[in-house]
This record gives sequence, C-alpha cells and structure tokens, in this order.
Amino acid sequence: MEGIGLNHYLLLSAMLFSIGAIGVLVRRNVILVLMSLELMFNAGNINLIAVSYFRPDLTGQIFSIFTITVAAAEVAIGLGLVIALFRNKEAINVDEFNVLKG
Amino acid sequence: MDQVAFYVISAIILGGALAMVSSRALVRSVIWMVVSFVGVGALFILLQAEFIGVVQVLVYAGGIVVLFLFVIMLVNLGDFQRMEYLHRQWLPAVLLVCLLFAEVGFLLWAGTQDTVAPTAEQLDATLRSVDGSVVGNVETIGMVLYTDFILPFEVVSVLLLVAMIGAIYLAKKQV
Repeated sequence: MEGIGLNHYLLLSAMLFSIGAIGVLVRRNVILVLMSLELMFNAGNINLIAVSYFRPDLTGQIFSIFTITVAAAEVAIGLGLVIALFRNKEAINVDEFNVLKG
Repeated sequence: MDQVAFYVISAIILGGALAMVSSRALVRSVIWMVVSFVGVGALFILLQAEFIGVVQVLVYAGGIVVLFLFVIMLVNLGDFQRMEYLHRQWLPAVLLVCLLFAEVGFLLWAGTQDTVAPTAEQLDATLRSVDGSVVGNVETIGMVLYTDFILPFEVVSVLLLVAMIGAIYLAKKQV
C-alpha cells in the first residue's frame, strides 16, 4: 500500500472524532448525542485497527472487538435511559434535563 | 488502486458523518449513520482485518441502527422534530473542537510520518494457527481470542449480561 501511511489513517480517525464531538456538543436532541458518541467510538476503532495493521500485531484487532462490545452495551443502556427520561419528562431536548442543577 | 480505495472510503465515512450530524430529521440521521458505519467496515477490510469489518457491519449497521430506529419510533417525536436544533453556544463549541482537531491532528500526523507499510511476509507472520501453518484472519482471531484473551472475553460477556438486565430495568414501566 504505497503512499498511504499510518498517518493518513490516524488523521481520518481524528476527523471522524472531531465530527462526533461537534455532534455531541452542538445538537440538542439526546438521541443524536448518543449517535455522535458512536461516531467517536468508531474513530477509536479505526486507530486500533490501523496501528494493528502497521505494527503488524493482531492484538489491536482483538481489543477492537472488546470496544465494539462495550459500545453495544452503552447503546442499550443509553437508549433505556432515553426511554425512561421521555416517560418522565416528555422531552428529548438535553437542555430540559436539569433536575440535578444546583 | 489502494490509494484510490482509501480516499473513496474516507470520503464516504466523513460525508456520512457530516450529513448525520447536520441533518434535522432523526430518521435521516440514522440512515447517514449507516452509510458512515459501512464505510468504516470497508476501511477495516482494506486494512486486512476481515473479521472486524464483518463484525462492524453486523453489530453497528445491523444491531445498533435497528435499536436507534426502534427508539425513535417508540418515543413519538412529532413536534420535537421541528424545534430549534442547535445550542445557543454552538459557535464556541465548534471553535473548541477545531482547536482540538488541530492539536490532535498535528500530533498524529507529525508523530507517524515515517512509518512504512508492512511487507507480505510480516503480515503472514501474524496469521498463525496452533500447528504453525499460515491461516486466515478469522481463524487466527478465533484462536487468539479463546487462548490468550479468554479472561477478558468472559468478563465482557458478563458486561453484556449486566447491560441487558440494566436496559430492561430502565425501560420497563415502574410498578
């Protein structure tokens, strides 16, 4: 793979992470915030797989399996929380979830 | 050839992610998220991680997306779709993230400038089965996962069980 080095892959994952971070910070819809979190997980996975290819060592691929599992668990819990919040407050806007505000 | 594939796949991933973050309708966002995730899966296959690529498509583009669609249908958005969709402080947030990207991007770019792609022999050396013969990616991952990484594997299965019970408890009607 001449021309495409490890730095290309890492830069792509940094871009994906930044887009995900913008989604988390800027949007007000709680479901879209969770989806942007998934983008950030994916950026981390790209890093793991790219380094595992260029080292070369298979441990990065094994680790990304665990990352994917944790992401799946996080989505299940997060969407459960969204449903519980929607049932109690009838809202999906993150600004309205301020019960704990001092 | 590989170069062209890399740039095409990168454009798909970043375009899907941008469209996902910027689109107003939630269901449309989910569809763009599928585009982005399938692109990431293709990138994994380009990096010769076939098993992770297939798992990526199955778990993300299959399971997680269906879960999101399910919840979007369940919480009957209606009027919420049309509300103001950005925070008041979106401009400082975007500037901060751009700063973060400049910092992280520069470090990653400059720090890994001189890496060379591994040769075919080096790649083959990572793909070994129990008896020492060269086998495929899926078989090697299966072997490593069930020998060297058996304890993390079991722990993560307990984590999935806990997440399942927690999600059921959170989502059910309180009695």
